[in-house]
Amino acid sequence: MGELATEKHTKYILQIEKKKDDNIESVLTEHLRINGAYWGLTTLDILGNLKAVEQEAVVSWVLSCQHESGGFGGNVGHDPHLLYTLSAIQILTLFNKTHILNIPKLTSYISALQNEDGSFSGDQYGEIDTRFSYLAICSLALLKSLDKINVEKAVKYIISCKNLDGGFGCTPGAESHAGQIFCCVGALAITGSLHYVDKDLLGWWLCERQVKSGGLNGRPEKLPDVCYSWWVLSSLIMIDRVGWIDKEKLVKFILECQDFENGGISDRPDDAVDVFHTYFGVAGLSLLEYPGLKPIDPAYALPVDVVNRIFLE
Amino acid sequence: MHGRPRKSATPVDENASALKAAKIRSLQTQFLQNHHNNIYTKEALELNAKLLETNPEYMTAWNYRKLAFEHNLISQSDAEKADSDHIKSIIDEELRVVENALRTNFKSYGAWHHRKWVVSKGNSSTERELKLLNMFQKQDTRNFHAWNYRRFIAGLKNISDEKELQYTTDMINDNFSNYSAWHNRSVLLSNLLEKKAEGYFPKETFLTEEYEFVRNAVFTDPDDQSGWFYHLWLLDQTVKVDMPVMVSSWPPCDSDINLPVASEVKFPVVLYFNEPVEGISSHTVIVQIEDDVFKDITWSPLSTNKFGCGQAWVTHLSIPHEKFNFSKIYEVKIKSEDSRGITSLSGVPCSRPWSFAFRVSVKDVQPDEGQSFGRIMLTDESFCTIDTNLNKTNLLKSYFELKTSDDDQITSSKWKLEMIDNEIAHYRELLTWADCKIGKLTLARLLMAYDSMTSSATPIAHVEEVLQLYSELMKLDTPHQQYYKDEYSLVLLKQVTSSMESLLKHCWQYKSTPSSITGSICLRLNSLSLSRIGSIERLLWVQSLDLSHNQLHSIEGLEALQLLSCLNLSHNKLASFTALDPLRFLKSLKVLNVSHNEIGSHTIDTRRYQCSSPMSHTIDYDPKFEEFANGDAKLVNFWEAYTVFGGLNLMQLDIVGNVAVDERFVSFLVKLLHGLKWLDGEELH
Repeated sequence: MGELATEKHTKYILQIEKKKDDNIESVLTEHLRINGAYWGLTTLDILGNLKAVEQEAVVSWVLSCQHESGGFGGNVGHDPHLLYTLSAIQILTLFNKTHILNIPKLTSYISALQNEDGSFSGDQYGEIDTRFSYLAICSLALLKSLDKINVEKAVKYIISCKNLDGGFGCTPGAESHAGQIFCCVGALAITGSLHYVDKDLLGWWLCERQVKSGGLNGRPEKLPDVCYSWWVLSSLIMIDRVGWIDKEKLVKFILECQDFENGGISDRPDDAVDVFHTYFGVAGLSLLEYPGLKPIDPAYALPVDVVNRIFLE
Repeated sequence: MHGRPRKSATPVDENASALKAAKIRSLQTQFLQNHHNNIYTKEALELNAKLLETNPEYMTAWNYRKLAFEHNLISQSDAEKADSDHIKSIIDEELRVVENALRTNFKSYGAWHHRKWVVSKGNSSTERELKLLNMFQKQDTRNFHAWNYRRFIAGLKNISDEKELQYTTDMINDNFSNYSAWHNRSVLLSNLLEKKAEGYFPKETFLTEEYEFVRNAVFTDPDDQSGWFYHLWLLDQTVKVDMPVMVSSWPPCDSDINLPVASEVKFPVVLYFNEPVEGISSHTVIVQIEDDVFKDITWSPLSTNKFGCGQAWVTHLSIPHEKFNFSKIYEVKIKSEDSRGITSLSGVPCSRPWSFAFRVSVKDVQPDEGQSFGRIMLTDESFCTIDTNLNKTNLLKSYFELKTSDDDQITSSKWKLEMIDNEIAHYRELLTWADCKIGKLTLARLLMAYDSMTSSATPIAHVEEVLQLYSELMKLDTPHQQYYKDEYSLVLLKQVTSSMESLLKHCWQYKSTPSSITGSICLRLNSLSLSRIGSIERLLWVQSLDLSHNQLHSIEGLEALQLLSCLNLSHNKLASFTALDPLRFLKSLKVLNVSHNEIGSHTIDTRRYQCSSPMSHTIDYDPKFEEFANGDAKLVNFWEAYTVFGGLNLMQLDIVGNVAVDERFVSFLVKLLHGLKWLDGEELH
């Protein structure tokens, strides 16, 4: 097992932007470039290398993804959606630049997406999912504007998606999934509502996501994947049950998924790397207290110092 | 990119990939142009369909189709409007595009949502949707999008829960390793149970069948997790009390308490429930001292959350000054007035009324204040074995006296006991031929469930066996060792608190004259390898508690011990100041030892969202903290210490042996804790 190849990963992230035109992966992920930017930039910050980025260029590009409505698209010219709006806010928060936003406009875009039952639509086209509850709640909290929505109803809706295993699904009745659990537990953590979570039951389900190789899967009887190092770990930390997994084995699994030659981290050992898994691997290592990494906050998915700067002032 | 092998591309690959990329890019550019210019022609829609077929995740392209759909419906001629076949053909075209996109990626959120959106417009055939679903669910039996869509169609087309339940049975019979099917089964059965549908009420029959069904799965391959959680759910359905119950209180029912009179007689009353509840107020709970009903009583939950819920609730009662009478015994009654107003977090009312009474007498003592405060020692030498004639032990008794249950509860639990007993027999049998973790874990859970249902007659009959099972599990499944250790600790504490005799074994008497701070008894649960605290409902009387030399990383639960004034937590694994958050609720706490823990040793704080903080919007940032920080940027790290210690009236604190504690921190603490007399064994002047 090698160590974390910090320099290689930094280089990998920095070069993604440059070769975007002729590369099939970047063409196929063009619609979520703003998520990619958030994953890459947050990874750089955790690695201690955010300074390597031209901040002004990034900020002005992010702003060019904003629509008249206040919401952000995944790229220039793409329709706005909560999925991209949170990433935009997170990027500006990383750079301590949210003051350049028209906050009333942005928060009214988000709060208008809350439905009568407390749930959130992702955009005007009406898809409902607890992922969108998290996106809205996290966005508004980062802008210190949680009072713009009905938090109590939002919480009640999330609770209505709780399952027999203590986990949460996208809508009432939908199966638990680690990514979805992160969204629900994260939203409940931010709104001081974790008492609704059955921590022992959910904690047991989550800790049983660790498979023999040390990696974590997202649902029972599925393959492990580095991305669950984030979804499962952050949830376990928020409910204070992270001691229930073998942390050393997980560190080993993540490190084995690195591309030592060209940088980047993949879903499983020897698969193709991407910025999404690079982020989840590095963020996971940060949650596992891997030496030399900035600690990351499990609920807001931003470095702890960035979150503290917002709330402890 | 999931599951794609990492390999360096050959020049041929690179060329092909670049060609494909250029082709998609051109589609994307043309599509965006059409979208921005609201062009919804046939050609434009075909181009969009091509794009979605290559990349179903391109969300904006689905939005465009919805706009085009509506545009084309509105702009059609009157003749077309009248022609239902025409509308149908538009809908069919949308469904065809979705189906093609799903063939490229059947996990595409956008594609499934578009299908829902189109089908919701009406004019679609249930048969066709079920056929499509059967195809996708056969290809990938765990596709949660397909299962979600199935529930959507079942709702839209009023397909009965019974019919859908049969579908899950078929899927499981096909291959029991299908967690998605087990999940959907639990959802459908919950619906049927709630409706009290025929054949599902009373639960007895259906539970028996389900136990057998899931047993087949677990016994076929005990390592396959698919049935594990379903079995645990069944167990919960069997044993759970389906409403909140008040299980313990301070003062306990029918007890006599004796209070010192300082300037006033004030004492806490704690209500402890079997689960968190909301709605405790002077409207739902009546407090009566002698003949006076106290109207304006404020009850507070002993818990950190935004919505006023808690498993334990407290109020502070005082006997009015003009009524002091040293020879008098005051009768206090607490009863539920509108117990339906008290509900569980899922809204189930506490429908059975409850009440309890206790007696309070007062004694005249000199107030401690002004006197010198000698250091309180909590070492072995400070204690002697307990004199069981001590007044205080009578108080303990109140927690162990048998409570007569209602008759109907006993009869209703008879079938439950038999059911659990039957399961126990099966799992014992499983363990004779398979040394598997789920067998041991399930057996341990079944045994504890059995004991909890028979607790009035033979408490903890199986506790030794359960402890043994958890010990074996720690060795058998080392990655999850800590989980079993925590469970072990909870069971151990159940054992310790199961009877007056076992609890008294851990009670020690102070050798020195008891002070109003320490009381006369110290409960010593030290050096038991405890990694977790439980059985709080049996400990509400505790004033001095020694939990030192354990492996606690959390003290959640201690907030309910409102009498606690002396607490030793030294030599544990508390890792942050936030771990001490429960202490904020202990207004009587005077002596605290948290020395030799791990405060400050970790970069990730696992208690960060279990405590009150501005990040969880449970408390606001306190600008007064700035005064303490005094512009010192490093002091921001002490914010958590500030919120915990700021609300305490400690007189003695030991905190040495934690990484976070340095000179700077100590001076911060001294400034913060005005009343502190002893710090780390040094007297402060």
